[in-house]
Amino acid sequence: MHRVSRAKRWGRGTTVLLVAVIVYLAALLLLPLGAMVAQVVRTGFGSLFRELLAPDAVRALELSIILAVIAAIVNGIFGIAAGIVFVRHRFLGRRVLDALSDMPLSVSPVMVGLAFLLIFGRGGWFEPVLQILHFKVTFAFPGLVIATLFVTLPFTLREVSYVLLELGEEEEEAAAILGASPWQIFWRVTLPNIKNALAYGVTLTVARALGEFGAVLILGGAISGKTQTGTTFINVAMEERREAAAYGMALVLAVASVLLLLVLEALKKVEIKEAD
Amino acid sequence: MGIRVDHLTKHFGSFVAVDDVTFDIPTGELVALLGPSGGGKSTILRIIAGLERADDGSVILDDQRVDHLHPRARHVGFVFQHYALFRHMTVFQNIAFGLQVQKMPKERREERVRELLRITGLEGLDERYPDQLSGGQRQRVALARSLAPEPRLLLLDEPFGAVDAKVREELRRWLRRMHEQIHVTSIFVTHDQEEAFAVADRVMIIHRGRLEQEGSPLQVLDEPSNEFVARFVGEVNVFDSVVREGMAEIGPVRVAVKKVESETVVRLVVRCYDIRLWRAERGVATVTRVLSFGDRVKVEATIDGGQSFVANFPRRSNLLTGVEPGCRADVEITHVRAYPVALGD
Repeated sequence: MHRVSRAKRWGRGTTVLLVAVIVYLAALLLLPLGAMVAQVVRTGFGSLFRELLAPDAVRALELSIILAVIAAIVNGIFGIAAGIVFVRHRFLGRRVLDALSDMPLSVSPVMVGLAFLLIFGRGGWFEPVLQILHFKVTFAFPGLVIATLFVTLPFTLREVSYVLLELGEEEEEAAAILGASPWQIFWRVTLPNIKNALAYGVTLTVARALGEFGAVLILGGAISGKTQTGTTFINVAMEERREAAAYGMALVLAVASVLLLLVLEALKKVEIKEAD
Repeated sequence: MGIRVDHLTKHFGSFVAVDDVTFDIPTGELVALLGPSGGGKSTILRIIAGLERADDGSVILDDQRVDHLHPRARHVGFVFQHYALFRHMTVFQNIAFGLQVQKMPKERREERVRELLRITGLEGLDERYPDQLSGGQRQRVALARSLAPEPRLLLLDEPFGAVDAKVREELRRWLRRMHEQIHVTSIFVTHDQEEAFAVADRVMIIHRGRLEQEGSPLQVLDEPSNEFVARFVGEVNVFDSVVREGMAEIGPVRVAVKKVESETVVRLVVRCYDIRLWRAERGVATVTRVLSFGDRVKVEATIDGGQSFVANFPRRSNLLTGVEPGCRADVEITHVRAYPVALGD
């Protein structure tokens, strides 16, 4: 009964808006996801598993996970450090740096891949040095790492910065006056206060790392069994008309995304509970 | 001994937050820094604690200059206006924090925390988190936390600003009692004069970064050293007047003024309890409003010639007989302070 009265109060305009939003979301999110599941069912799980257990598929998935873990660790630590520096300190160029670290959100990953080729690729700035060191960046693992780190740079930083800004400095000042060293303040006051934001940021980082395509394709080259990640594997599989492999890998990545979404929701709930 | 602040100056950009402030506080005294908001009181406190760096001047604690010392090496306690309790720690952990980072053995630490819980009346709340406490309780946790490591100086920044009026009253009395028990040298910042007078041994009036006057509450009340202090402390009326042969005139009202030369333009500051009126048909003033505030009554009136004032009366005062808006009244000023007006002011 309560629902009915509320719906009445909303009026016709709001109802139309609500339906429009639901239809739009369904068309954009649920339809393709459903189509993929349907395709997988049609292909049959047997051939799907066969394809997914093939060495190149396993290697691609493995690589995606390794890259996601590296991004989570490196950009997690960077996010905390940069968040503290940007929010807690005042220095020349702080705003510019702060704004620049959002760049990975706005530029196309393909463009980024090309830009890094100019630095590390054939005829690139660092090529002479890399040759002396016998260190290969492009079309090798380091290239994949650089591409992934770049595209996942801002997530933890943003989440941590918001929370640090909102927290203010008083707890840290109180700890300092009580005799805590900067290191003690970080571990015992700052980190516990930002841990939810950190978890949220790292989760977004992992999701983004798993989904990255353009930059890892350009910098890594998607060499089967070597620099092929989950997403580039799908691309190659489609080109080779191995549809079971493509859809299988896509489903694996989709499931991973849904799981990460659930983690994000759980983190949000923790946050709300703690705020009460 | 105690604390000495020597020619302290601090700018924020072109804004002068603290302007050449010097004072001494002997060990064990409880002093209030009183003044309007934004006057630099909190900045002085933060400089003493080491949270801000002074542009000039120094802070001397127990005969030792501490300007170069990090906050953690100064051994002061600080109570923040909004408590700044560690939100992810229990009351017990909050109070124990200072002892823990200073590596006090566990048993002595627990003993000390228990003692503070008892002194501050927080027994039984030790497992609570800050967000499960009332404002007054949080305030007491903040105080207990700052006292735990036995600071040589306790600084309180608007300590009662964030709690409601009734709790504030209680906390004030409690802080005063507490200070009588442990006698730690304390400075607290407030913009509330009643609070300053109720709690402090001595009051320092800070305005626009300057120390305008220091003294006991009574000294500041009765012998304000300048017009700002006179106007800031207590409820006052201000009249413009000119002194002629020892008398100042406010319309038809005349009042004796000492030590001011003839023909001096002055501003007269009269406390609301130093001016009286009573109903008189001829009279020199017209009553405009009568307001009751529980045990007091405020009467607003306009003296012939245009200057208005407010007079305070006890509720049952005989003088109030027949006083109502629109009636005529005679006026007597019992105590006045005159401040010569600088030209162009």
